[in-house]
Amino acid sequence: MSDSLSKLEKRTAYTLVLPAVLLVFAIVLFPIFANVWISFKDIELKDIRIPEPRAKKIVKSISEDQSELKIIYKLRNSSLIQEIRYVQFQDKFPTNVSPVNLDPRCDFQSKKIVCNFGNWHAKYKENFEITVVNNKGEIIDKKIIKSQKPILSGKADNPLLTTNFTLENFKKVFYENNFVELLLTTFYFTFFGTVGAIIFGILAAQLVNQNIQGRTYMRGILLFPYVGPVVALAYTWTLLLDPNSGTLNALLVNFNIIEQPINLLGQKYITMSILGFEFKLRLALTTVIFFEIWRYFPLAFLFILARLQAIPQSLYEAAEVDGASPIQKFIHITLPQITAIISILFMIRFIWNFNKFEDIFLLTGGASGTRTLPINVYQQGFAVSDIGMGSAVSIVIVMLLLSFMVIYFRLIGKRANEV
Amino acid sequence: MKFKSLAIFLIISSFFLTCILSIWKIMATLQGLSFTNLNITPIFLIGILLSLAFVLIGNKINHLIKILLLSFIFSISYFYLNEASPYWYIFGVFLISLFFTNKLKRYSTQSLKEDFISEKIIFDFITLFGIVFFAFVILFPFYIMLVTSFKTQIALLVNPLDFSLDFTKSLTELFKSYFVIFETYNFGRYILISSAVSIGTVIVTLLFAIPAAYAVARLNFFGKNFLSTSILIIYMFPAIVLVIPLYTVFSQLGLRNSIFGLLIVYTATTLPVAIYMLQGYFKSIPKEIEDAGIMDGQNWFGIILKIIIPLSLPAIASVALYVFMIAWNEFLFSLMFLDSPKSFTLSRAIQYLSGDAETPRQYLMAGSVIVTVPVLLIFIYFEKYLVSGLTAGSVKE
Repeated sequence: MSDSLSKLEKRTAYTLVLPAVLLVFAIVLFPIFANVWISFKDIELKDIRIPEPRAKKIVKSISEDQSELKIIYKLRNSSLIQEIRYVQFQDKFPTNVSPVNLDPRCDFQSKKIVCNFGNWHAKYKENFEITVVNNKGEIIDKKIIKSQKPILSGKADNPLLTTNFTLENFKKVFYENNFVELLLTTFYFTFFGTVGAIIFGILAAQLVNQNIQGRTYMRGILLFPYVGPVVALAYTWTLLLDPNSGTLNALLVNFNIIEQPINLLGQKYITMSILGFEFKLRLALTTVIFFEIWRYFPLAFLFILARLQAIPQSLYEAAEVDGASPIQKFIHITLPQITAIISILFMIRFIWNFNKFEDIFLLTGGASGTRTLPINVYQQGFAVSDIGMGSAVSIVIVMLLLSFMVIYFRLIGKRANEV
Repeated sequence: MKFKSLAIFLIISSFFLTCILSIWKIMATLQGLSFTNLNITPIFLIGILLSLAFVLIGNKINHLIKILLLSFIFSISYFYLNEASPYWYIFGVFLISLFFTNKLKRYSTQSLKEDFISEKIIFDFITLFGIVFFAFVILFPFYIMLVTSFKTQIALLVNPLDFSLDFTKSLTELFKSYFVIFETYNFGRYILISSAVSIGTVIVTLLFAIPAAYAVARLNFFGKNFLSTSILIIYMFPAIVLVIPLYTVFSQLGLRNSIFGLLIVYTATTLPVAIYMLQGYFKSIPKEIEDAGIMDGQNWFGIILKIIIPLSLPAIASVALYVFMIAWNEFLFSLMFLDSPKSFTLSRAIQYLSGDAETPRQYLMAGSVIVTVPVLLIFIYFEKYLVSGLTAGSVKE
């Protein structure tokens, strides 16, 4: 009895879970594995369509009385790299119209021409001509002939499914792609973006956690950058920071804080001197990092605030009795209570910043030293149209991500359960 | 001891006052006033005098009279120290100093003798400063976005600091950018597409997620633990690594440039979060209620429909809002999959507009306002639900 019940339970569970699992598998997991396949192939954006035979029909009259027409079919293979096998061609004609001197590859039967063109190699082109006459010597309507589209079919391999592989993409990723620079930029962006967001998150949470008026409004406002659409926010910031007529530069110049407008998003380096030491700052990258902090500190804020509100007030009261100063209270009570959530936040934000594409893409497009790994995926795959190479970069990202996750679960995984 | 805390109090409070006044001045400059100097040093000095006077007067006169009097004197001296400024600006200065002196209420010659008073002063004013700072830094870009959409490109190139709105103009003049993007750039259509995709994603996601979450929360089956841990790992994986394979497959299947294609991808990427959030809530529903349902001869469909869903409406609402926001804001997939202006979403349409360097910025900002306002309105109205959604679905953008 209980056996059949548990069987029924299992069956029910699988029916309930399966649709969701299949969808996620098809759209999320399958592409991750497909990347591995594509990254070993020499394939470009223009190659991804399955090759198909194509024909363009041109109709010309060759006799005075228009009872005789010449039809030219411009035939071609749509692919530049792959052949099409067993190409079949078919076109229909009105009654009383029939071809003369028909090509030996073709047959005419009951108002239809059917041709077998055999195999077409890559880039194949041919001007195929047919002359047709009206059996009764009447005028043939060109429009009717023209409006009839020929039907072509053929067999071709899906270029994604062929089995010629190459290591070329990975060689290019590591040796011809400024890989070290790419990796360093990604790490700068990720690390400083994450740390900055958490620091500002702690500050904001500490502020809102105090007894101030309108703190629910404050919490709402602080989350605006996080819930707003990235496109709108990125373009607003681009306008604000614009060197020619951006508000920020105009304000700074107006109040004589700087002499010349600074191209915050378009300049790779800026030389700064602090205490006599001159050093170069990655300007555009720093600006992008600040945008990143601005947009994502609200999430850190929200989590830390939730944690802060759960700290029992009695702890602070006891410290008050012991004569602790505000700084001592923060260091000895608040900080230990939020370290767990901070370590989780750090890892989550680290992984997400590591994969950040939209923000950088919209602000700089990856120019001025802001090219990170995700930007590189897009540039290789769609700007240079080298799909194989883009996939290879994706694989590098996935590998790095997996190693982060392993580290994460080793170090903090146990702690995560306590929170 | 007393002198040290007094000095700290004066410096910190005056620094805070200077900051607010500078922000006020910046905002006034953006209304077309031609200030060219922030005058930080003199304001800082009279700020110190103001705080000093406040503490020295102490309780000798009524608090209200005291702050009115001090603010009045402060505003007048500010007026003489500053460049020529209109009366409304000085009135703003008066209100700010009123607010400021009112905040000083708890400080007196007595309270400056307390333990740790300097740390407390610093904490107090940093809190105040922080609130002003965060509010300013966050709201300023939104403000610029809004006012830019009412200006014209030429006016902004002539004076990039003048964001004052000319209300003498007719409404059609003022809202011209909005009319243009609706008439010339077809934004009405994009709003429809974006809404259809977002609402569609919410419905389909819930249809898939509610049964799956119920199974994970309640039923025993092989692979359940594996499933619930892999949910967490799956949504750590970024969209950017899915893009190339999905692009190639969708090209071959003819799913690019279709709303349907976008809907599938959005649903699949939000499903893990949705399941994760829902199963957490379902677990908190007492099992006895379901047992009663089973007694009544309900099958799992009836249990979900008649017991689980009505009991977990708040959680479902927060999942729905959260998924709506993700789908509405999504940009990467709409950039990759949509080439034809016929099928653009709002985000993609704005990006397409910006691709043409000739597009005047007010159109771009009007588009940005249109895509931002619905999300912010929903967020403000349903903040309670969304915050719980955000905390639960922490890791997903």
